[in-house]
Amino acid sequence: MKSPVPLRPARLSARDVLRTGAIGLRTRRTRVVLSALGIAIGIATMIAVVGLSTSSRADLMSRLDRLGTNLLTAEAGRDPYGQEVTLPKNAVAMVQRIGPVQHATATGDVDARIRRSDVVPEERTAGVTAQAARPDLLTALGAKVSRGVWLNRANERLPVTVLGAVAARRLGVTEPGEKIMMNDEYVVVVGILEPIELVPNLDRVALVGFPAAERYFAFDGHPSTVFERSPDSTVEDVRAVLARTVSPGNPVGVKVSRPSDALAAKAATDKGLTALMLGLGAVALLVGGVGVANTMVVSVLERRQEIGLRRALGATRGAVRLQFLTESLLLSALGGLAGAVLGAAATHGFALVQGWTPVVPPWSLGGGLAATLAIGALAGLYPAVRASRLDPTTALNAT
Amino acid sequence: MIARRRSAVPDGAADAIPAAASDTIPAVTPGAVPGRVPSAAPHAAGGVAPRGAVAGAASVPPVVELRGASKTHPGPVHALRAVDLTVEAGELLAIVGPSGSGKSTMLNIMGTLDRPTTGTVHVAGWDVGALSDARLSALRARHIGFVFQHFHLSAGRDAVDNVCDGLLYAGVGLRERRARARTALERVGLGHRLGHRPTELSGGEKQRVAIARALVGAPDLLLADEPTGALDTASGKIVMELLHELNAAGTAVCVITHDHDIADSLPRRVRFRDGEVVDDSGRAGSRLPEVGA
Ligand SMILES: Nc1ncnc2c1ncn2[C@@H]1O[C@H](COP(=O)(O)OP(=O)(O)OP(=O)(O)O)[C@@H](O)[C@H]1O
Ligand SMILES: [Mg+2]
Repeated sequence: MKSPVPLRPARLSARDVLRTGAIGLRTRRTRVVLSALGIAIGIATMIAVVGLSTSSRADLMSRLDRLGTNLLTAEAGRDPYGQEVTLPKNAVAMVQRIGPVQHATATGDVDARIRRSDVVPEERTAGVTAQAARPDLLTALGAKVSRGVWLNRANERLPVTVLGAVAARRLGVTEPGEKIMMNDEYVVVVGILEPIELVPNLDRVALVGFPAAERYFAFDGHPSTVFERSPDSTVEDVRAVLARTVSPGNPVGVKVSRPSDALAAKAATDKGLTALMLGLGAVALLVGGVGVANTMVVSVLERRQEIGLRRALGATRGAVRLQFLTESLLLSALGGLAGAVLGAAATHGFALVQGWTPVVPPWSLGGGLAATLAIGALAGLYPAVRASRLDPTTALNAT
Repeated sequence: MIARRRSAVPDGAADAIPAAASDTIPAVTPGAVPGRVPSAAPHAAGGVAPRGAVAGAASVPPVVELRGASKTHPGPVHALRAVDLTVEAGELLAIVGPSGSGKSTMLNIMGTLDRPTTGTVHVAGWDVGALSDARLSALRARHIGFVFQHFHLSAGRDAVDNVCDGLLYAGVGLRERRARARTALERVGLGHRLGHRPTELSGGEKQRVAIARALVGAPDLLLADEPTGALDTASGKIVMELLHELNAAGTAVCVITHDHDIADSLPRRVRFRDGEVVDDSGRAGSRLPEVGA
């Protein structure tokens, strides 16, 4: 004599699942905020780390794009016997004869002590050295004049100098027209350069024209570093022949390098730091997850009577499990959401201060969300299963 | 709800409740004489007549039937010893007995919250022992309502939301749950307390919310474990009046009580001692033959 209507537990709609799962959160707000905070900190850290490293890399890439990665330098060094190598005077002309080369220019070491004035003792050189430069150096390096003028056909023969940005600062020169002392000659500063990103060691140099260097500072006219640019696709080919070209007699004593590699290497070291910070964020997230699990365990313990009542009202074990799992997921999703907002805001703030374009990669937000849900599910699973296994009468009588 | 009559299709009856509810309550409540609930007359009309009406259709099973039900806890503690008890549709009975005599144990077994160690239990014709936990849950959602001594209301949620929970697991949508919850709260005289939270309600009002939660699903059987135990006499009386009304509308009601006046006012009394039924005023009384007549 069974009832004609089959007995089947009703399935809760998604909306009811969410509403029921939110009950525990609505009634215990302080605890919710505190335990969501752990997740929020973890997610914020990870998103900010990813965002900042992406923003800084994007900035570096755009800088490399602007500066070009096709500049090669060939620097005179020492041969295997320790002898200094001297590049021939026509080294630049020979490099220009390499097919794909578009620009070639050079600087030469000038042996001159540089001081602000004769009041400063000769030994105190302020760490500024002198180099001879050709007028086409500026375009080859993509460098810019900050104030004054650059060397040209006329002034490269005169006792005038253009200072690198650091050199100017160290010598205390702020305006063109001021004079500094090279050996025992006063030399007029005609220009000050902006920092040269690709070749930062030229920032600490006082540059004079080749003819002037030979005439006033006993410069022998031999270049010590040759700079050249060729189309990107030919850089490797040029690199292969560059040493032999500038120093046919002794190619081993020439150091060929690509200045943009140093910038790219900086991005790589940043990567290690990023990984470390990501690890820290993951630890914070894990700790946050433990906090959520703890909150959920306490919540289940406190709400045994509610669980018993729900079972009496007809909730299946599955419904109880789902309720607490939903609560845990909502709790960590709340933290994740706050963390994503916080992390994105931190990225924007920091990037703007650094002058970068802020970039928060969507995958990091997606990853953060996934991590949040995974943590919530993991943290909620055990308490939810425990809640569902409670015996209804025991739960109802719990104190 | 008062107008509810048991029909051959149990679930169809639920839909008839809200409309008739509000205008029928006043008719019954004023009739309640203080001190003594008008049990006999309404009960005979509301409880027996429907059963008589369907007497020919042998398909209406007892709402609960225990056969040799025992419950033994490790110890061993014999909380229940071979209890036979049948509650027919529309009955109203008191379960009395000293503390620790097994009343709550039996009520939990009747309500399928617990399973007997030995013996069989049938609820609405279903053999409880043969049902999975999930199907038992469905059985509770559909057929059984509970009222507890300590209300078990959800703090921080208002009366309507608390009553809504009574329909949640029966698969009723939110809008309809709310509408029926409001009607149920009006039925228990709390139409003016819909938005109040448990902390803003008196003990008696809380128990009336709990009763609304139990009756909103229109169960065949309402199990109340000392529903007046935590209330003063006046509030207790209101609660008992509500249970009488509910019963008059066709729901079988079992009330555990320590209150002699309440017990005496109910048509059937089952007395427990040491896990056994020692007296059942309905078993050999005039009511049972009437059922078959
Ligand atoms: N989980 C349990 N484990 C062991 N013994 C139990 C358990 N639950 C109940 N009992 C025992 O079973 C007996 C019956 O308990 P029950 O709660 O049914 O009594 P009661 O008649 O409802 O008493 P009261 O009027 O005080 O509520 C008691 O002796 C009790 O100690
Ligand atoms: Mg009891």
